[in-house]
Amino acid sequence: MPPVEGREGDSGEPSYAAVFAGALLDPDLATPAAVAGPKSKAAGKRYNIYRNNVTVSLINALAAVFPATQRITGLDFFRAMARFYVRATPPTSPLLFEYGRDFPNFIEQYEYAQSVPWLADVARIERAWLDAYHAADLQPLMPHALASIPPEQLADTVLKPHPAARIVRSRFPAVAIFTTNRGDSSASRVEVVEAEDALLTRPALEVEVRRLPPGGAIFLTCLIAGESLGAAASAAFSDTPSFDLAANISGMLEAGAFTTALYGESR
Amino acid sequence: MTMKGLAMRSPAQRSAAFRFPAHSIAGRAGTSLKHEHLQAILADEKRDRFFEVHAENYMGAGGPPHAALNRIRHDYPVSLHGVCMSIGGPQPLDETHLGRFKALVDRYEPALVSEHLAWSTHGTTYFNDLLPLPYTAETLARVADHIDQVQETLGRQLLLENPSTYLFFPASTMSETLFIAELVRRTGCGLLLDINNVFVSATNHSFAALTYLADFPLEHVGEIHLAGHIEQADDEGELLLIDSHDRPVTDAVWKLFDTVIGQYGPIPTLVE
Repeated sequence: MPPVEGREGDSGEPSYAAVFAGALLDPDLATPAAVAGPKSKAAGKRYNIYRNNVTVSLINALAAVFPATQRITGLDFFRAMARFYVRATPPTSPLLFEYGRDFPNFIEQYEYAQSVPWLADVARIERAWLDAYHAADLQPLMPHALASIPPEQLADTVLKPHPAARIVRSRFPAVAIFTTNRGDSSASRVEVVEAEDALLTRPALEVEVRRLPPGGAIFLTCLIAGESLGAAASAAFSDTPSFDLAANISGMLEAGAFTTALYGESR
Repeated sequence: MTMKGLAMRSPAQRSAAFRFPAHSIAGRAGTSLKHEHLQAILADEKRDRFFEVHAENYMGAGGPPHAALNRIRHDYPVSLHGVCMSIGGPQPLDETHLGRFKALVDRYEPALVSEHLAWSTHGTTYFNDLLPLPYTAETLARVADHIDQVQETLGRQLLLENPSTYLFFPASTMSETLFIAELVRRTGCGLLLDINNVFVSATNHSFAALTYLADFPLEHVGEIHLAGHIEQADDEGELLLIDSHDRPVTDAVWKLFDTVIGQYGPIPTLVE
């Protein structure tokens, strides 16, 4: 981003943008004195149109990123929560599909959302969903790709993650709640009660959200961080003794979570 | 250096070295591209319109937005419309954003490229609205520099859109039409005439829309926008129009459109 330039010319006066922007996100501040209506008319309601445009359009932007979150809370609750967030944390990029990266953390701390402790995790899945949606297009590894690697080199093999691949861990059934509240179907009661970790991928144009098997999140997090298959598997086994290596490998390849396998001299 | 010496190359001249067909945009009516209509658009065999897209929606690395625009661009001329370059702001342009914009222009070879006479970023905060500026010698010089920078980076002419405003800066020393005419003269940029914006601003600032159009350098208009507005009241209880983009074009705006077209012939026109 360019440096802040709050001053204009050599006059030492704040710029028109600094003056105008100062009260946009704070309805308690007075209308800037630098603006007016025509023929000596007041500027109050006129300035408030800009204030309203800014806040409402940014709330709408959050609603577009977090539709399931909004569906869970209801419209009024969501918009009230989003208004607090927008005023405290306006975007720093003009690309609104990047907005709301710390909205899930805000939700976690939001006083009135404490009775819905899984809400932040659903929002994390939604934020990851949009990142996967806009990620670079790359062909994922074919499901049989690891079969051609000499068995003695498999443990040292390193996989390059697909740009769309994301993992979201949750103590709650966040995948089931996300899936139930996303899309057009009428929301049904979620019967799952156990913790669910999510894997998001986009092998072609559709974003896919999967529930990871036990130990899968640790296994994939290690692999995405660049650890070898052997190291990732032993991390998963020591955390989750029931970890099923074969099922996890075939699941992650089917999901399209990786693009390249590096082994032997290619490492 | 400005773009004045750089006449726009014709689509036919450009196509030889480029990846997409050089569909001419002359005289066409345009539609904002909605991805949910993509299948119906691709099934339509008339192909007699153009599509306009907001540049920022295609600044991700990949995914469905690029797949859709790529399909559309094969069959139609495209107008690339930016909404957040903040050309009217006092601070330097965001070069990262300008770079992304250039990458889109290079990738999709749009028939038209446009941005707004407004600002939307101050410091590092993006306000997601088209905010007004005073019209002074100082802002004129700054905005002209910004337009030069954009046109030099893109290697082509930019169309600048007239704003709709709800208030003004008493510090202004010239009219909006004079400010815009001077920008055209200094930078060689073209204009995107939003006739609803003219009507909204005319009502909000108590001037006649026809007077504004008479002062506007219409011969430099490369595209027209038409849209609707809603009615509110100002502090004095008098009519204040809001550029809401969610209502049909009013009869008054169509009438102004007829006046412009009657004078200058068909101009690519988008009904927002």
